[in-house]
Amino acid sequence: MEGGGKLDTILEMRNITKTFTGVKALDGVSLKVSRDEIHALVGENGAGKSTLMKILSGVYPHGDYSGSVDYEGSECAFKSILDSEKLGIVIIHQELALIPYLSIAENIFLGNERAKGGVIDWHRTVSMAGELLAKVGLDENPNSLIMNIGVGKQQLVEIAKALAKKVKLLILDEPTAALNDEESSKLLDLLLELKKQGVTSILISHKLNEIARVSDSVTIIRDGKVIETLDNATRKVDQDRIVKSMVGREIVDRFPKRDSHIGEVILKVEDWTVYHPLYEDRKVINGVSLNVRRGEVVGLAGLMGAGRTELAMSIFGRSYGKRHSGRVFKDGKEIQLHSVTASIDNGIAYLTEDRKNYGLVLIEDVRSNISLASLPKVSAGQVINQGKENQAATAMQQQMRIRCTGIDQIVESLSGGNQQKVVLSKWILSEPDILILDEPTRGIDVGAKYEIYTIINRLISEGKSIILISSEMPELLGMCDRIYVMTEGEISGELDREHATQENIMHCIMNHQRGTKE
Amino acid sequence: MIGNISVKYLSLLVTIGLFIVMYGFGSYMYTGFFSPQVFLNLFIDNAFLCVTAVGMTFVIISGGIDLSVGSVIALTTMISAHLLETSHWNPAAVIVLVLLIGSALGFAMGSLIHHFQLPPFIVTLAGMFLARGLCYIINIDSIPITNEFYTKVSQYRISLGGESFISINVVIFVVVVIAAIFLAHYTRFGRTVYAIGGNEQSAILMGLPVGRTKVLIYTINGFCSALAGVVFTFYMLSGYGLHAVGMEMDAIASVVIGGTLLSGGVGYVLGTMFGVLILGTIQTLIVFQGTLSSWWTKIVIGILLFLFCLLQRLFETGKGLKIQGVASSQKAEA
Repeated sequence: MEGGGKLDTILEMRNITKTFTGVKALDGVSLKVSRDEIHALVGENGAGKSTLMKILSGVYPHGDYSGSVDYEGSECAFKSILDSEKLGIVIIHQELALIPYLSIAENIFLGNERAKGGVIDWHRTVSMAGELLAKVGLDENPNSLIMNIGVGKQQLVEIAKALAKKVKLLILDEPTAALNDEESSKLLDLLLELKKQGVTSILISHKLNEIARVSDSVTIIRDGKVIETLDNATRKVDQDRIVKSMVGREIVDRFPKRDSHIGEVILKVEDWTVYHPLYEDRKVINGVSLNVRRGEVVGLAGLMGAGRTELAMSIFGRSYGKRHSGRVFKDGKEIQLHSVTASIDNGIAYLTEDRKNYGLVLIEDVRSNISLASLPKVSAGQVINQGKENQAATAMQQQMRIRCTGIDQIVESLSGGNQQKVVLSKWILSEPDILILDEPTRGIDVGAKYEIYTIINRLISEGKSIILISSEMPELLGMCDRIYVMTEGEISGELDREHATQENIMHCIMNHQRGTKE
Repeated sequence: MIGNISVKYLSLLVTIGLFIVMYGFGSYMYTGFFSPQVFLNLFIDNAFLCVTAVGMTFVIISGGIDLSVGSVIALTTMISAHLLETSHWNPAAVIVLVLLIGSALGFAMGSLIHHFQLPPFIVTLAGMFLARGLCYIINIDSIPITNEFYTKVSQYRISLGGESFISINVVIFVVVVIAAIFLAHYTRFGRTVYAIGGNEQSAILMGLPVGRTKVLIYTINGFCSALAGVVFTFYMLSGYGLHAVGMEMDAIASVVIGGTLLSGGVGYVLGTMFGVLILGTIQTLIVFQGTLSSWWTKIVIGILLFLFCLLQRLFETGKGLKIQGVASSQKAEA
């Protein structure tokens, strides 16, 4: 790879060190990106990937860090993101930066308007937006509002926006985190296509199979240092080696073992039907029946939009949907779950897939986030017993090994994995019998995932039951005793451990879809 | 990081610090400023504002706003004056009645906000017009109060040794502040208020009684503004439809200067009290200065308010630099 000369290197970051109030986020990081390649950047959450990219794009201005950034053969001293964009470096953040109430065309040229003498040329704006959309393979009217298109399409709009800025080096921060398989693969194909047209990409991702598929080289960062850069020209990079470098140890078994002692049925749902909250004649969940036994992990598999989250939330205090019908039994007795409080009182807890918006109060500390769902437990009447609350929160923090400076730390400043442990602590403190975990390991790193699995096993050993919703098939296959497959709001199959394979799950989905169409 | 804890309390500390600096400045500049009675007068002259600002604190922590409080105070003075002077009611019955009316108005507005998911701004704006308008149905002129109980309370001085004294209003004000601090930090209700302001969706999915708490917040604020109206009646000894015009804005200003985030989730009752005292100190300074018109109070409050919002924004993001990055990139930070 060496000796290609200057022209082959589009970007070279040398010896970058960046400190946040005494903590070294980056420690002498060097990164070399060749022209026209897709360079993957991997590492656990908090390893320093995003910090590095913020330095590259000028979010952290020159002088804020030490080391040098050479781009296209000359040294750069970006003062802001505008400076880097002028040279064709565009970053697309994980949280998309689109304005929902503006049209696709307006968003594409936001801050970069097509104007004549200060007046926007709408004709040119729309026609150019159309061309860019064609380039990224998005078949949408440029006048559609952003709020009316899905996340996958929004991601493509972001790329069109980057193309409008004449991008040469595109940085994507976990672009496929919120996309389903089909959308992801479309996006990755687009990156390969752009590569042919001379756009170099830096791809930050947790999904190793995607990285193996599209990237030309992979750089692994751990604890603010570059561990190694692997060549992937042959697409045969050793994924286990990446994982090993990321976590600094070999993960022998990604899923910890457990002894299962499955008991009698604890939760039974019969003929559960739910309609859409806005379009009240549209069935979202249709006649679902399922059961969960004591000490059992039951998986819910399905494609995005199959209705798994909707099913879970509608059972959990009717938090989703309208016109609920069907019956829920616990220990053989019918229970009414009209509100979240009623669900909690009946020993059912739901861990949301969107912890930031639905699971945590980010500006509050660890203590109150843990205790909020169990206030009656730490109060005498309406008055909170602060000693009791501190005790409960501290016990949870230690038991769950939440890495924080203390229970006074604001939850917002914790890493994703630790935030998830706070949400779990909150529900475990409420002493549920059945925990519904919706994508419990989304967006958290390999090490923290393993810890979450360990916690699941511990809960099971205490006789609790778990419903696990996950889009990661290996996770379902590795953790579940039994898997229900959901397709278009219905149960399309039930597989026990022996028969649970990726192929069988896909068969259930395909057969069901064919069945409903005929 | 200890930084995390202190940042949360930092705006409160800044407020208290600012009060001490301003008071120190006055004491240095003007003879007689540093006397116990000038200090106590801050409490006497601003008791009504503090009582209503305490209620407003809960509303703002929950992420809402209440524009009706000034009008409710005026309505309270009007009803009190009318019932005392024209109908010759028993003062105790009058006080109970006006407190009930204030709470009922708050309850009604809170219910509308919760059940119909209406924006608090509009609902309480309507409440503001309604209460102000009702004043003039009773009387378009000012009604002086001559009732014996009211005049006695108004003139009663509780001696604090030496020459210094406080009024009964100050006692009410102190009791309200202490009760509110207890409510905010030691009860499930208080926790729920903070959680709603921090993230209402999460609060709902944690099984917290969000709806009930929201209605209760506006009811408590209605009660507080009516109580402020009672205090104001003791203070002014009259009922008038033009009393307390714009006081809702003074209350909001005090709350914000006291370190409460307008977006909700963070705030302190004690901070609000110091916010009120800062407003009072500005007024006192202008009186001692002698040549400036009292409108300078508004100018100084305007500048302070602006500075405090700026300060909060800086704390919120932690670092000045980070804001620059976000602003110039127009990207949502994680």
